[in-house]
Amino acid sequence: MEITMDKENNILIIKLLEDIDHHSCEYIKRRSDYEINKCRPKKVIFDLEKVSFMDSSGIGMILGRYKCIIRNNGRLGLVNVNSNVKRIFEMSGIFKIIDLYQNIDEVIIA
Amino acid sequence: MENIMKLEFLSKSSNESFARVAVSAFVAQLDPTIDQIADIKTAVSEAVTNSIIHGYENGEGVIKIVCKIIEKTVEIEISDTGKGIENIELAKQALYTSKPDLERSGMGFTIMESFMDSLEVESYEDLGTKIIMKKTISNK
Repeated sequence: MEITMDKENNILIIKLLEDIDHHSCEYIKRRSDYEINKCRPKKVIFDLEKVSFMDSSGIGMILGRYKCIIRNNGRLGLVNVNSNVKRIFEMSGIFKIIDLYQNIDEVIIA
Repeated sequence: MENIMKLEFLSKSSNESFARVAVSAFVAQLDPTIDQIADIKTAVSEAVTNSIIHGYENGEGVIKIVCKIIEKTVEIEISDTGKGIENIELAKQALYTSKPDLERSGMGFTIMESFMDSLEVESYEDLGTKIIMKKTISNK
């Protein structure tokens, strides 16, 4: 997991580097909650460029972070989501509340 | 073609990736597409995760997988000897979860049903749960 805080734009970027399943979610939750609470960013972006596999544990993990981010009036977005991972998110209807970006540049402009 | 593979492993979350990769490697002999492999991996991951979280409630247990290939169809049986499912119909409902505190999405069975051609669930209280999923790997 690579974490970058863009202070100028107040964006926390969390780059995940492995498959998202029940096993990896435990660590992702702990580590990202710590960073979110520490930085209090306006926007949190999960970069899934390196994620080739995700099961439904990822939906629960993202929704859990969403709940904590909106409490601070922040927004949550996903970037670089491959088609298989996107399909799973789509089944849950999560894109009604979470932003989907094609690339990091788009995140900063939005 | 007919072939069979059996796996037995402890109900540890670190075995989730092992289980889905092992099944997909076995199924590879049917020459599936990348999307078909992704479907199978996801369905296996959902079933194994259910056994770990719900069947054994994160305690110790053994999960068994029997994977059969009959002609162009793969049949995957995943079973545990955990606490069983009280109400199968309720468990299968999209977005229903018996463990909302664990941030579960309640999409596991929905994904298994939509990514595989068929899904059967057998469960008995305190005896365990068996899931049988089938998918035919057609030639595109």
